Amino acid sequence: MADPMRIRAQAAGGNATVRVLMAHEMETGQRKDASGKIIPAWHITDVTAKLNGKTVLTAEWGPSVSKNPFLQFTIKGAKAGDKVAISWKDNHNDTRTDEATVS
Amino acid sequence: MRTNIAVLAVGCLAATAALAQKSASQAIEEYRAMLADGNPSELFEAKGEDLWKTARGPKKASLQTCDLGKGPGVVKGAFVELPRYFPDTGRVQDLESRLVTCMERIQGFDAARIASTPFQKDEQKNVTALATWIASESKGMKVNVPQRFPQERIAYQIGKRLFFMHSGPHDFACASCHGEDNKRIRLQDVPNLTKNPGDGIGFAAWPAYRVSNGQMWAMEQRLTDCYRQQRFPYPKFGSDALVALSTYLGVNANGAKSIAPAIKR
Repeated sequence: MADPMRIRAQAAGGNATVRVLMAHEMETGQRKDASGKIIPAWHITDVTAKLNGKTVLTAEWGPSVSKNPFLQFTIKGAKAGDKVAISWKDNHNDTRTDEATVS
Repeated sequence: MRTNIAVLAVGCLAATAALAQKSASQAIEEYRAMLADGNPSELFEAKGEDLWKTARGPKKASLQTCDLGKGPGVVKGAFVELPRYFPDTGRVQDLESRLVTCMERIQGFDAARIASTPFQKDEQKNVTALATWIASESKGMKVNVPQRFPQERIAYQIGKRLFFMHSGPHDFACASCHGEDNKRIRLQDVPNLTKNPGDGIGFAAWPAYRVSNGQMWAMEQRLTDCYRQQRFPYPKFGSDALVALSTYLGVNANGAKSIAPAIKR
């Protein structure tokens, strides 16, 4: 079970800025361990953001995204009290969804 | 024609001057400020807080009765007053060694086993997360490492001697890099730790998240890595040597504002 994300969503001027920190190893599949064996790739492949249940952002991620990734974006027209839900799926088919309220 | 060349030359000079206005260290500062906005140490804070409150270990107890120096369960402000002398163990302890004491006494974990676990593995990972959360509870407070007990004053003196002790294949001491003002290694500013280096520098910046390897490091790992760079043998986790060195750095930094958990390159 993956560790929770940290989501901050702040409304300003009719838009909301969303900042997300995800806890993930994001292993590229290029690195080797101490015994010389390749560490298998393990990274987020899909990210989805929903505002009150409606998808507002989808992204396909790969091995070049850093460990514990940080994602920031703006949602037009989002206001305080709205619910922002972020989901990710990784190449192990593990998923995690966390929700935050726009403040 | 000649005037044209002169104008061109002046133009070049102006462009160089404009570039020089933003020095490399300023550009790095900007980059760090951008990173600090999404400091992944928050993920470790959340994990640490959860670990503090969860009943774990053979005794199925939480750490909420752990005494970090300000009384059982008091977390706020504890970080900036460590290392300190603890009468119940008869030792000067830093945050991490104190946490392991609590994990042994309250939760029933094997302290020796945790101490011999490499950093970033198993229970050591949890110790770091706990240290990160506890440090975050004192964010913005001033470092105030005590020197009330004779043991604390002895630790300071031992730490000072270790700091200046030259040894190893490179004849290095901590003081070789951290004994003078305005030093740097490549692009990293190296603070002078023989005096108060200022708010959020050195002692007042760890635990910190290292962007380059994606790891959260608390003070003991930071100091151990200094010894690695000096080609010394690694000091043991929770050893008197590491605690003494921490005491020396901490007392020197007294009055500096803690920004821990910070973010580093």
